[in-house]
Amino acid sequence: MATANNTDDNVLVRVENVVKYFPVKAGGFLKHTVGHVHAVDDVSLVIERGKTLGLVGETGSGKSTLARCVAGLIPVTSGKVFLNGTDISRLSRGAMRPLRREVQMIFQDPYSSLNPRRRVGAIIGDPFAIHKTATGAERKRMVQELMERVGLNPEHFNRFPAEFSGGQRQRIGVARALALRPKLIICDEPVSALDVSIQAQVLNLLSDLQSEYGLSYLFIAHDLEVVRHVSDKVSVMYLGRIGEAAPADSLYSQPRHPYTVALLSAAPAADPNAAAARQRIILTGDVPSPIDPPAGCRFHPRCPKAQDICGRVEPPLVTHDDLEISKTVPPGWQSADAAGPGVPGIPGGEAHVTACHFPVVPGETLASARTASIAAEREPA
Amino acid sequence: MSVTEVQFSSQGLDNVAITSVEGRTQWQLTWRRLRSDKVSMIAMAVIVIMIILAIAAPAVAALTGHDVNTAYPVTGENMDGNPVGPGTNGFLLGTDSTGRDLLVRILYGARISLFVGIVTTLIASVLGVAVGLIAGYFGGVVDTVLARFTDAVLAFPYIVLALALAVVFGPSLTIILVMITFFSWAGIARIVRGQTLSIKEKEYIEAARSLGAGPFRIMFFDILPNLLAPVLVIATLYIPNAVVFESTLSYLGLGVQPPTPSWGNMLSDAQNFYQVAWWYLVFPAAVLLITTLAFNLLGDGIRDAMDPRTEKLIAARRLRRRQTRRSMNKGNKEALRGLAVGGAATADTRMKG
Repeated sequence: MATANNTDDNVLVRVENVVKYFPVKAGGFLKHTVGHVHAVDDVSLVIERGKTLGLVGETGSGKSTLARCVAGLIPVTSGKVFLNGTDISRLSRGAMRPLRREVQMIFQDPYSSLNPRRRVGAIIGDPFAIHKTATGAERKRMVQELMERVGLNPEHFNRFPAEFSGGQRQRIGVARALALRPKLIICDEPVSALDVSIQAQVLNLLSDLQSEYGLSYLFIAHDLEVVRHVSDKVSVMYLGRIGEAAPADSLYSQPRHPYTVALLSAAPAADPNAAAARQRIILTGDVPSPIDPPAGCRFHPRCPKAQDICGRVEPPLVTHDDLEISKTVPPGWQSADAAGPGVPGIPGGEAHVTACHFPVVPGETLASARTASIAAEREPA
Repeated sequence: MSVTEVQFSSQGLDNVAITSVEGRTQWQLTWRRLRSDKVSMIAMAVIVIMIILAIAAPAVAALTGHDVNTAYPVTGENMDGNPVGPGTNGFLLGTDSTGRDLLVRILYGARISLFVGIVTTLIASVLGVAVGLIAGYFGGVVDTVLARFTDAVLAFPYIVLALALAVVFGPSLTIILVMITFFSWAGIARIVRGQTLSIKEKEYIEAARSLGAGPFRIMFFDILPNLLAPVLVIATLYIPNAVVFESTLSYLGLGVQPPTPSWGNMLSDAQNFYQVAWWYLVFPAAVLLITTLAFNLLGDGIRDAMDPRTEKLIAARRLRRRQTRRSMNKGNKEALRGLAVGGAATADTRMKG
């Protein structure tokens, strides 16, 4: 379990209670703020050195916003982001500059993340030019080394991005991110735009680079299998909050948050028999508006297990390891009192933490709970 | 074609040594497309000839033996004291009201017109790009102030202001340059601002910021290269505007002052003489028309050539022309029609392949 100590040698990045609201403006000429999009709402997590933290969640859950806060690309509304023990969330651009070298990003769209009017050599050489670390022939040599390292033909440095395939372009993005030898690379859906066969190549490249340079990754994706493949720890986001976080094996084998269970059940299975056999939990309704998120647990309007308390009290992110739930309580109807307050944990640590009043226990079938809750819902109507 | 073949082989065989395969730039592609456009090439030729003639105006004057501001009462005027017509006494285009060589004066006028057109457009482009970039990139208050100022300039009744300025400061070339530039940059700024607003949302801008690039580096290295194409097109279309504006001012007597020749003040003077000397009105007007038309057509051509969507059309046109030429040689009109249809189809498949 990760300690709360900022100077912990194993912790590279420590995000504490980060909140990011975007103002919603209305009115034509004289704009005024009518509300806020709660993109990221009180999120804490740690990223350990040399490890990969996966961040999953559906579109609009705040993954990318969180990533940009960690990268220092957008200012946080409140909260702190520590990099190597230094709070970078309040630094000026000038003070941030040397720290930029430590955190780099790989973007989702290999087509829009490379400037179409610039040659590949110039794009990959940019980091050296900006930080004035190499010029002229030396820069060219370093660019070509990088190109070779990520599996591109170094002779192609004079070409334009349009002359490369999607996978090659993503390699260019990787080379650019790698140029300054960062400690952390934030991968914002790095393979979502690629073919499956190319995805594997890029993922393998990322994992090779990780072992070679001791990189840490914050890996964002909505493809659960990809995240499972690359991540040591996984955090699940829903509407700006972390719902569940655990080491990858634990999360995938024993998901405790009903949302995680639903998410995993929605993942396509390659084996048709397995696909037919698995039990799918189809969530009803849409993701609520992040401008006016639901009170209590943010998932409760769609949760098959939701009860009265879920709409009133926000569940803390705690461990439920001490619960032998399945043995003592009928599955699915675990009360909050019986569950008791677990031990608070920080996502990204060794603990399996869940923000749920009624965590799913092994063997429980959510589908039946859902049917029950739907029936209950229909009765008064 | 050979470039693509080289690319393929270099991907297939890693041990084939190829040194720095150069990509075809957007400019090369544009040039290739532009070259296949007959109208643009003629327009460009007209402009080039015009510029050469303007530069060589003193040489032409020396050849004719007529100085630009010297009146030739003996050879340049007839018995009634009226201008002589084209081809008379060595005056190729005739003479003007005071017996000066019209050809030499038109060429000297071209110097002024082209100078004003090109210089003001250059300055206006730089200003417009700077203002548009800064307004679009920084947004917020900066954008509001700059964009409103731009709108104000565009809303100004420019002839009225031009008249007022010319009266206050007295007509001079400097005033013309300042005035035309002042009224030209705003349109460019508005277009650049719009482009910047869309480009700055691209991920590669965010990538540059995450690398630690400052705002000016991003504007210069990341946004500007994407703006050059649209700015080139607008600039080409602004040159004829400036030429006409200069002529207008000179025509109204507020621009270039006689005896210095300008197309505008020549036209103004010619009004009183067109009944006895049609050439005095026709030639300066024709040159003005041809020059502005050439710039406008070239601008249109460049715009089309830069648009990748017209590639298909241009490729078909190129192929059709080639095949037309071939079948013309055979003298077989029937084959020509068949080939033209087939040619378009071939062009289509080639584009897809």
